[in-house]
Amino acid sequence: MSELSVDHLLGIKQITKEDIELIFKTTDHFKDVINRPIKKVPSLRDITIANLFFENSTRTRISFELAEKRLSADIINFSASSSSVKKGETLIDTVNNILSMKVDMIVMRHPEPGAAVFLSKHINSRIINAGDGTHEHPTQALLDSYSIREKLGDVKGKKVLIVGDIIHSRVALSNIYALNMQGAKVCVCGPPTLIPKHIKELGVEVEYDLKKGLEWCDVAMMLRIQMERQNERLFPSLREYAMLYGLNKELLDSIKKEIIVMHPGPINRGVEITSDVVDSKHAIILDQVENGVAIRMAILYLLASKIERA
Amino acid sequence: MTSNIILDPIQFHLTVSRLCYELIENHDDFSESVIIGLQPRGIYLVKRIKSELNRILGEVDIPVGTLDITFYRDDFRRRDIPIAANKTEIDFIIEDKNVILVDDVFYTGRSLRAGLDAMLAFGRPKQVEMLTLIERKYSRHFPLQPDYIGRSVDSLSSQRVEVEWKELNGKDLVKLYTIDA
Repeated sequence: MSELSVDHLLGIKQITKEDIELIFKTTDHFKDVINRPIKKVPSLRDITIANLFFENSTRTRISFELAEKRLSADIINFSASSSSVKKGETLIDTVNNILSMKVDMIVMRHPEPGAAVFLSKHINSRIINAGDGTHEHPTQALLDSYSIREKLGDVKGKKVLIVGDIIHSRVALSNIYALNMQGAKVCVCGPPTLIPKHIKELGVEVEYDLKKGLEWCDVAMMLRIQMERQNERLFPSLREYAMLYGLNKELLDSIKKEIIVMHPGPINRGVEITSDVVDSKHAIILDQVENGVAIRMAILYLLASKIERA
Repeated sequence: MTSNIILDPIQFHLTVSRLCYELIENHDDFSESVIIGLQPRGIYLVKRIKSELNRILGEVDIPVGTLDITFYRDDFRRRDIPIAANKTEIDFIIEDKNVILVDDVFYTGRSLRAGLDAMLAFGRPKQVEMLTLIERKYSRHFPLQPDYIGRSVDSLSSQRVEVEWKELNGKDLVKLYTIDA
């Protein structure tokens, strides 16, 4: 197979295991490309991409922008804070105005869950979801699985512990879908108030004791505590959270096996993970960032190949 | 569809061997030269050339690599089915080297155009040459010509040239396929 089964990347839920395989295979080639002296290929030189960020982002935005530039696409960047959205323009109007300037693809981050799906039903363009509220963040999950595969050889059969703010995390949901699809075993861990009530229905285990979870897993994925989504106080204090669910070197050394530690960023050092773990050999956080560019190049390339030429 | 044999196994072997002697005339011991096969079909010819050169010259170290041109092609989004990429393996420096690009069939010149573009991402070679087993004449879309030619054939655009390899198809053969009227 050399074509994706979808026209947009809205979430992991909409794609298949074969799509993931194709994305990873293409990523291998792009990883090779970005390590050459000239890191650019001309594939997308007649494609224009709009990066619409209705919510703040550093890593994802830069990663997409770099991926687009390395594919020679023309890009326009848009951030809600400095736009007419502030003047009351609707999402469809904003996007249609941008599309009338002959844009072929949209990369969008939005605070509302389902924003990407909504947009895909109302406009005629390829859409990549770069995070929609607490719903999905498919490119992050794909780069996480790719990084696990790179480090451990395969995702199938691996035990992955996702720790932290599961209830607000789009990274957790996309990862649960992606890891399950590839045959990994997934367990979520965190205070009961940060774990959705019926999460077991997604085929994951729940563990409230971090040490037990770490002893079980091959990969620990530490999530950021999302201050911006904590309207109600779901745990007493950051200090208490760090004591019970923060990963520190002492705890990591106390378990009797080698595990790899991941974090989607941005890191709250000293809260969900301490500096000595971030900077240790267990952490593959910077590999995740490098792989992010190659994964996004692969997704952009594969989706662009489905755009019909005018 | 009918097929005519352009090169039988004996002619095939003689042709590869002659191409190697031509390479040796220009590149001596290959200390300043590298050979790169264009993916996907050029890699079989490049392997054959390397082993033939080693048979003639003894165990000299000839840097040989493979180059994928998928992301540099000019027909992206113009084909019904997208082409899957292949592996690029160039673990040597091409800067200031004599590069010999190798492909099995030279037809429109579009693969070589993409190959030149892809190769330049690895550095600035001193000189670039092209070697092909089969050249299809009078069918260029670009002003490009191969430097080393195994066999030139006159063919119609409706015809197809196919190179078969012992390791893939059981026999070394080159065939010209013609659609019956």
